[in-house]
Amino acid sequence: MNETFYDKIFKPKTYTLSNGKEVKKRASRTPLILLVVLILTVVSWEVTGVDLSVIPARGNQFIVILFDMFPPNLNFLGNIWGPLFDTIQMSLLGSITGALLAIPFALLSSSNIISNSLLNGFFKLALSILRTLPTLVSALIATFIFGLGTMAGTVAIFLFTLSYIGKLMYEHIESVDMGAFEAHESMGLSKVEAFRYAIIPDILPTYLSVSLYAFEGNIRYAAILGYVGAGGVGLLLDERLGWRDYPSVGMVLLILMLVVFVIERISEYFRMKLT
Amino acid sequence: MNKSVQLQLEKAPNRKLYLTTIGVILTALLVWSILGVNITGFSQRGLDIASNIVRGILTPDLEFLFDFTSGGGVPYLLFETIAIAFLGTIFGSFLAIPISFLMSPSVVSRPVAFITRLVVIFIRTIPSLVYGLMFIRVTGPGPYAGVLTMSLTSIGMISRLYVDVIENLDRGILEAMTSMGCTTYEKIRYGIMPQLFSNFLSVTIYRYDMNLRDATILGLVGAGGIGAPLIFAMRAYRWNEVGSILIGLVILILAVEIFSNKLRGKLVNG
Repeated sequence: MNETFYDKIFKPKTYTLSNGKEVKKRASRTPLILLVVLILTVVSWEVTGVDLSVIPARGNQFIVILFDMFPPNLNFLGNIWGPLFDTIQMSLLGSITGALLAIPFALLSSSNIISNSLLNGFFKLALSILRTLPTLVSALIATFIFGLGTMAGTVAIFLFTLSYIGKLMYEHIESVDMGAFEAHESMGLSKVEAFRYAIIPDILPTYLSVSLYAFEGNIRYAAILGYVGAGGVGLLLDERLGWRDYPSVGMVLLILMLVVFVIERISEYFRMKLT
Repeated sequence: MNKSVQLQLEKAPNRKLYLTTIGVILTALLVWSILGVNITGFSQRGLDIASNIVRGILTPDLEFLFDFTSGGGVPYLLFETIAIAFLGTIFGSFLAIPISFLMSPSVVSRPVAFITRLVVIFIRTIPSLVYGLMFIRVTGPGPYAGVLTMSLTSIGMISRLYVDVIENLDRGILEAMTSMGCTTYEKIRYGIMPQLFSNFLSVTIYRYDMNLRDATILGLVGAGGIGAPLIFAMRAYRWNEVGSILIGLVILILAVEIFSNKLRGKLVNG
């Protein structure tokens, strides 16, 4: 047992077993963890100006808005379909193109397929930097470049999907058992054939299920992209919240919930089948 | 190719029809979505802005980026974002504990678990921006609204993962303790708590990682953090400032991700 700094301050307990052997039990780390969490909580509390007394005093505002959403404004339904389909189309296009481009990115990042550490490192870094940008921020930037509309949202979703699937796939490809690949090569198959028969059957189910999962999440992200002007149902939400037309907001949220729920169920069903 | 290998390969189930169907459906969806999305190419103005953004990232506003003293520099804004995400995660994870017990079928009866699950799905599908806008009505704009939003939106995912932990508890340990004659308190303290604690912590750290990203988004609606300065800088075409904010953001999120992965690896492997 190697002693860390913590063990030197808080000595481990020593037990003597009946056969004379000495066993050490490390002092628990829990107090240290709790202390750190406590300090960070207090600091964050100060910085963010949290004031719990506000909740009982003004918390009813939140409830009031919630109750205003019921009953939802059914007449607003006609205005929802257009933006809703925009949202679905945006996330579909972004997800499919992102998932397709993720394949070359993932292959170029995995060290067991392309053994060039410079190239691997470059693509890995590119994927992680892309992944750090929240979708809404990239959508905001995209609205400046492509103008307001669904194109900006599609680009944002495309970038996020590319980085997300790319990362998960290269992690999976790097953990693939290369034995089968080598066996195929030694049987006289070319590299491409060996890849086709040894690697693809291994990664295809994961790829499809990760892509479905990404699409599922993208629908939810796409719903808010309209807030920065990137098209879709978020535009409606922003507008109606601004006008305090809460029954219509309720209707939009209700439809959104239904769509997300249905798509999640479908995608979950297929993902269960894949694994 | 060797004959026996050829034979073995031919034994693989033929799924051409299946794959073709999927291919056709996917292509149809792709065409449908291309028709719907209003594809605009790069306009001259767009290209100018893109090159300006790149230039802004390459030549960031260094004074703004390293302004540690006043309350308006990138370090302070990042610090505020970290604080919002942290407090939101803490609140959310505490709120998620009772909810997750109410959600797990091995603790409560099935109907109760089902209803709680529905409520949580309901909470989860509303986008965080909407909560943010609603909480701003309660607390006024600022980081406090962000904290409340984070707390509410974290509940969904955290409680779902907590339920997995609870359902996967090793009951063998409890049976062993019963056979040794331990009391209920001892069973909870030494049999259940150690199993839950590190896994709960790991889930919470994972969610913190996600909340940090969400906290930057919330700033866009005025709920504190670095999002608001970003949108202001962009609307005013101050690309050097945009560059410094983006650099700070990327470094922060990368650092937190690496740190949290290390920490979680340690927690899970003991």
